[in-house]
Amino acid sequence: MPALKKLIALAVVGVAISATLAHAADRKAAVEQVSFGIDAARAGLWREATYRWERAIEIDPSYAAAFNNLAIAYEQAGLFEKAKQAYQKAAELDPKNTYIKQNIDLFKEINDRANRQNAR
Amino acid sequence: MRTARTLASAALALAASGCLTFVEVPVETPIRPKIDASPFSRVYVAGFLPSGTEDVDTNLETVRLLRSQLKNKGGMRIIEADVLPLADAAKPVPAESAPAAPPAAAQSDSGKTDTIAEAELPPYEKIFENKDFWKKVGEEFGSPLIITGSVVFVPHQRSGYVQKEQEVYDSFGRRSVVPVRTYMDRKGYILRPKFVFIDGRTGETLYTETFREEILYNAEQSTPALSSYFELMDRLLPSFLSTLSSQTIRGSRFLLK
Repeated sequence: MPALKKLIALAVVGVAISATLAHAADRKAAVEQVSFGIDAARAGLWREATYRWERAIEIDPSYAAAFNNLAIAYEQAGLFEKAKQAYQKAAELDPKNTYIKQNIDLFKEINDRANRQNAR
Repeated sequence: MRTARTLASAALALAASGCLTFVEVPVETPIRPKIDASPFSRVYVAGFLPSGTEDVDTNLETVRLLRSQLKNKGGMRIIEADVLPLADAAKPVPAESAPAAPPAAAQSDSGKTDTIAEAELPPYEKIFENKDFWKKVGEEFGSPLIITGSVVFVPHQRSGYVQKEQEVYDSFGRRSVVPVRTYMDRKGYILRPKFVFIDGRTGETLYTETFREEILYNAEQSTPALSSYFELMDRLLPSFLSTLSSQTIRGSRFLLK
């Protein structure tokens, strides 16, 4: 019986390790996409950046930075609804991140202004 | 177990380092215009119902200002035609039973349109709903987008306490600035333009927007009415221009790694 318990414990640890390894690998690939996207955005290639960050969240849907960056790209393209959703997701994944909060505050100002214009 | 812990802490460290790395980038956010002016090849700033002070011909000045702004900043093709004496065209026809009251707005001897009293403006403003009238105006100029409206520009005064900064020197001769509340008589103007955008093909109103701006000066200061008018118009012009052309708001955001 103790042998069985030990086996189960080992299996659980094995699964946990493989899951962690898989996540780490996903995150690494997503980080690469995000970094490439940042370089593209800095060069003014926002479409390429958008593509990279969309790929990053496909690879790792728990990557707050990718959602934050994607939100900025959508904002830059004037896609306010999509930007809002991406910011919300970023804030949900990393609620304490002050940079995300600051981006959201700045976005809200512009979004409110655009909404006022549309409402008139 | 130790391996799992090491991996977890490595992942945490990676995440933490990711959150700490940021890049500030400039962004230009486009805001779409309030109305789609693409079906119109040209814009005709027709004329305005002037109301308030007679010191400024708000019909003429507003037409001139908007035409130049739309041409230079809005990049639009503007029809440079005579300014429409809208107050004459919009003059309400008194009912037969009503006493023959003198019209509130009439063409004065100098050729300048007399201003309409603010309280008498609403019946004049019915002209904006007259589709046939605007359709005819549109036909004359090749069915442009017509911009018209009313401009209320009235003197205004308000007295009360205002906060001013005053220089004070202490016993050692050191200078400092302190806020001081002082009672002041102030006078200035209120500008309340209403812009009406009309489809020159159908005579239908596409969009209407009203603004309100006011300015007050020290009562002893003598500021010409025309200067105040332009100062107030300057404040609302970006908003007016954003009705027809898209705006770009520049700012910066934090990209995260």
